[in-house]
Amino acid sequence: MTLSLAHFLALGAILFALSVVGIFLNRRNVIVMLMSIELMLLAVNINFIAFSHFLGDAAGQVFVFFIMTVAAAESAIGLAILVVLFRKLDTVDAQELDSLKG
Amino acid sequence: MSALTALFYVFAAMTVFGALRVITARNPVHSALYLVLTFASAAAIWMILKAEFLAIVLVLVYVGAVMVLFLFVVMMLDINMDSGGRGFWRSSVAIFVGIAIALELAAVLFLYFKGASIADAPPLPADYNNTKALGALLYTEYVYPFEIAAVVLLVAIVSAIALTLRRRKDVRYNDPSKAVRTRAADRLRMVTVPPVSRSTAPPGAPEADATDGEPAK
Repeated sequence: MTLSLAHFLALGAILFALSVVGIFLNRRNVIVMLMSIELMLLAVNINFIAFSHFLGDAAGQVFVFFIMTVAAAESAIGLAILVVLFRKLDTVDAQELDSLKG
Repeated sequence: MSALTALFYVFAAMTVFGALRVITARNPVHSALYLVLTFASAAAIWMILKAEFLAIVLVLVYVGAVMVLFLFVVMMLDINMDSGGRGFWRSSVAIFVGIAIALELAAVLFLYFKGASIADAPPLPADYNNTKALGALLYTEYVYPFEIAAVVLLVAIVSAIALTLRRRKDVRYNDPSKAVRTRAADRLRMVTVPPVSRSTAPPGAPEADATDGEPAK
């Protein structure tokens, strides 16, 4: 079976599905949820780069560049919020963050 | 099966294994370390796709910076490692949703993109430089999004610092600007204390002089 675009896209699909499962499984740990979001963005990036290579257009790689920028900013702010949260509540359990009664 | 295909399967298996361990590991530190494995394998996959610059950036930025940040936070926060029982119902729902998503996406993708062999990809010129091509695109056509990305990073810096900055109440601080503005007169006051001889002084006479010495408490 020769290597085709479908292989890379399927790898992205599997990674995305795994990260969705990770968010379901780790409802009690916000840090692992953040890691799952990073995995999701990685899956999207693999798709972008695969299409960029198979279409011969470098614009897809530019988008990956921007996605990585935003993901880095997101994880930095998310972890900062997590640190503040832990100082206030002494936990990172997502089930106990219910002060907004949502 | 060519060598490239074999390499792809090896790296893809490592990526999927790492991702699986990220979401199933009990210890968040192990999760972070397996995420490093996932990112490194994904960088190798990107190398197969001839995106060398982004592969290196993935290793440098993610493995080098973001994952260190994750590890730092995981180790700084004292999280109880055993995150409680998972529950059979939630696990089965999660696994069902995951398998459904993966099968649906893979079915559609293999139906449409199976014919696109990697040999059919547009050939790159012999002197192709991935970093150069990306830079040429980034600084001409995408220069405005590039500036916005810089602003996003600035916002991230400011907000991360502003969120976590705090002044501890239980520590005594020394204010340097206040310290250098201190004059001797603020700290030391000269008082004239007249000599008092209780035995020889006549009663009543020294009492009038003593009032400008020690003030009444």
